[in-house]
Amino acid sequence: MSDAVSVLLGARVDGPVTVEDAGLCGMIVLRGDLSSPAFKAACTEILGAGVPEALGSTVAGDRAVLWMSTDEVLVLAPFAEASALTASLAEALEGTHHLVADVSDARAVLRLTGGALRETLARLTPADVAPASFPPGMVRRTRLAQSAAAIRMVSDNEAEVYCFRSVARYVMDILANAAQGRPLGLF
Amino acid sequence: MLILTCPCCGVAADETELAPGGEAHLKRFGPGSSEDAFEGYLFLRQNPRGVHFERWRHAYGCGKWFHAARSTTTMEVFGTYSAQVTEPPPEITAKIAAAGKPTA
Repeated sequence: MSDAVSVLLGARVDGPVTVEDAGLCGMIVLRGDLSSPAFKAACTEILGAGVPEALGSTVAGDRAVLWMSTDEVLVLAPFAEASALTASLAEALEGTHHLVADVSDARAVLRLTGGALRETLARLTPADVAPASFPPGMVRRTRLAQSAAAIRMVSDNEAEVYCFRSVARYVMDILANAAQGRPLGLF
Repeated sequence: MLILTCPCCGVAADETELAPGGEAHLKRFGPGSSEDAFEGYLFLRQNPRGVHFERWRHAYGCGKWFHAARSTTTMEVFGTYSAQVTEPPPEITAKIAAAGKPTA
């Protein structure tokens, strides 16, 4: 058996904003009618976190549910739990129109920490990252320079970026580069 | 830069987050239709100078298709609306009329 490793192998760039590989993360894509009772029950009972509002997220311990689209959420969980969670979600949703898949290896997770992280993001994305329009808990799927990414504002000093594994090194490099820019005091 | 508000997720999306889908409200002419009608469906587009109804997809965001009404000359956006309609909703046409623009 081979050991699973994250694509960036724990890379980390320190600075005013620290950009680091968040390591292996279990990710499950869950699609269906988000407002249906069966879907809500599956989320609440199995994950402990309810279905998030549009552009929001819910957190329960080391699990989180991120709103991706009007019919899609992304479940975050510890890497080792992902396959078992996928199976129990599939069982709970059986008979309803749904899709559940373990996509833990599809994406990489990067963590940004530091007070100036909004400026770092603003250098790369067209999304409005001002505190009023991008408060903690919000999830925004957008673009970072030339690649697609989802950004979750965990708190005012911490954000997580989810991007495809194949572009993880590129996203890491542009974030690290943007993090070194002169502070502008915009936010 | 064009900024369209996606009616599906409510995000004010920058043009670079969107994928264009061409002219909106085309009626499909498939097998059994006349050659002229099929040609029109496949190739002939309005390309107006003024108000234009378009399809867009929030490609980098929620991934959903929607419709937008905008002016090709001033880039004024009259609104965005659901993709599941065959003609612009009354509130959009009212807005266009209020701006004094003819809808070709």
